[in-house]
Amino acid sequence: MSYIGKFRVWRGDANGGSLEDYQVEVNEGEVVLDVIHRLQATQAPDLAVRWNCKAGKCGSCSAEINGKPRLMCMTRMSTFSEDETITVTPMRAFSVIRDLVTDVSYNYEKARMVPSFQPPKDLAPGEYRMQQVDVERSQEFRKCIECFLCQNTCHVIRDHEENKPAFSGPRFLMRIAELEMHPLDTADRRDLAQDEHGLGYCNITKCCTEVCPEGIHITDNALIPMKERVAGRRYDPVVWLGNKLFRRNRA
Amino acid sequence: MTTHETGVNAPPRARLPVPTLRADRWWLGPALTVTGLTIFVVYATFRAFQQAHYFVAEYHYLTPFYSPCVSLGCTEEASLFGRFLPDHPLIPYAAVSLPFLLLFRMTCYYYRKAYYRSFWLSPPACAVPEPHRKYTGETRFPLILQNIHRYFFYAAGIVAVINTYDAIVAFQSPSGFGLGLGNVILLVNVALLWAYTLSCHSCRHVIGGRLKHFSKHPVRYWLWTKVSLLNGRHMELAWITLGTLMLTDFYIAMVAGGVISDVRFIG
Ligand code: SF4
Ligand code: SF4
Ligand code: FES
Ligand code: FES
Repeated sequence: MSYIGKFRVWRGDANGGSLEDYQVEVNEGEVVLDVIHRLQATQAPDLAVRWNCKAGKCGSCSAEINGKPRLMCMTRMSTFSEDETITVTPMRAFSVIRDLVTDVSYNYEKARMVPSFQPPKDLAPGEYRMQQVDVERSQEFRKCIECFLCQNTCHVIRDHEENKPAFSGPRFLMRIAELEMHPLDTADRRDLAQDEHGLGYCNITKCCTEVCPEGIHITDNALIPMKERVAGRRYDPVVWLGNKLFRRNRA
Repeated sequence: MTTHETGVNAPPRARLPVPTLRADRWWLGPALTVTGLTIFVVYATFRAFQQAHYFVAEYHYLTPFYSPCVSLGCTEEASLFGRFLPDHPLIPYAAVSLPFLLLFRMTCYYYRKAYYRSFWLSPPACAVPEPHRKYTGETRFPLILQNIHRYFFYAAGIVAVINTYDAIVAFQSPSGFGLGLGNVILLVNVALLWAYTLSCHSCRHVIGGRLKHFSKHPVRYWLWTKVSLLNGRHMELAWITLGTLMLTDFYIAMVAGGVISDVRFIG
């Protein structure tokens, strides 16, 4: 069954732009990205859109559909009614390059700031031995496809451009948590998380979790445990005293 | 809702004529939260200061809002832990526990989310701009104090033990052992309080989440998996326990005030 769907797509660049109305054919089983491609093929050949896999695995096609941050390739047309106007805009926390394409370099800069995995010095690659229970928590975070929808939705930077230098966003705080929970990692990134990556800015309002297409429990499993780890180091007088008196090593 | 120069409509971001294009009922969540929390706060404040109808002497039912009852104003039988606080209209009879329970819930990761989103609109819903010009989150005083949540968790654990004790000593009647609807309510309430308390994120951290090597600590790992299961329901438990606390208190207030009489099964 096909029908002519009503679409409003943001067209423009950093100097300005607007929502343009289009009527595009929609076929059964299609996703928003299919329609955007048809629009590009039939009516707007200069429409800029980023995509790669069309399978929800490359993280390229992030956009906002009816105001909600989503992957275009994972948003089924069947979730909308036929007379509904569907609005597609670029992600709104990043600078727009053109049409639906934004400049996500902020994320790569933040990624580079996270110190990488540090195995014990006396362990050669190939000698790593880990138990499944020890790596399970980190594995959830490895599902991330770097679509940056969480970064885009996080109000800390979405609503406050000025916080970008101080705050790395959920994706990279989660990366820090992943390494902190890794059984073979020897570095301590707790102070770094708080001081360089702005963990304290997060007010655990869970929008990152809400929009993550991989369904990662970013807030509950990464950010809050990370806040607890930082609290243990920085804001817990009992732990502080215990460490002073008994010079406990980390478990 | 305002959009300001630093937010979603700040160039070089894609400019739009409206702050959000969300057309669903995103405001419903925060509206329900405000309603729910307000009802509880009003009810709890009234009851905490009412200083009446908190104890059913016949069956030894003590409402959690007055436990432990340590004011000189308390009925002697109700105070299992002595009476030492001055009897003053502005000092609740359970003034040694209520402030900690309040702080426990106020610093709870779930309630924080709930009131930041609803009362403070920061953010009101995902991808809906917040109205504040500046935002520093939990990096500064006073919100940096949210980091001491785990102390209130320990305190809440102690209060839960006291509530459990209250629920157990309530199995009595003038003729010895007794069982009534009040007992069932007290037990359900205390079981749910334990579930809420143990589902706390700080609990999850101290019980095992802080470890790097689960395999070296099998017992703590096992406990952590159980707490994690509860933790997944933390929001639900947070709301359910607000409800059961009010219901428990209300039932005991009604029985204590003589409005209804307890449904007795034994004694
Ligand atoms: S939970 Fe924290 S990191 Fe995630 S969106 Fe909310 S404020 Fe941002
Ligand atoms: S955590 Fe989820 S939302 Fe964030 S970048 Fe990874 S996959 Fe995307
Ligand atoms: S195109 Fe790869 S995630 Fe959508
Ligand atoms: S009680 Fe909610 S997180 Fe501790």
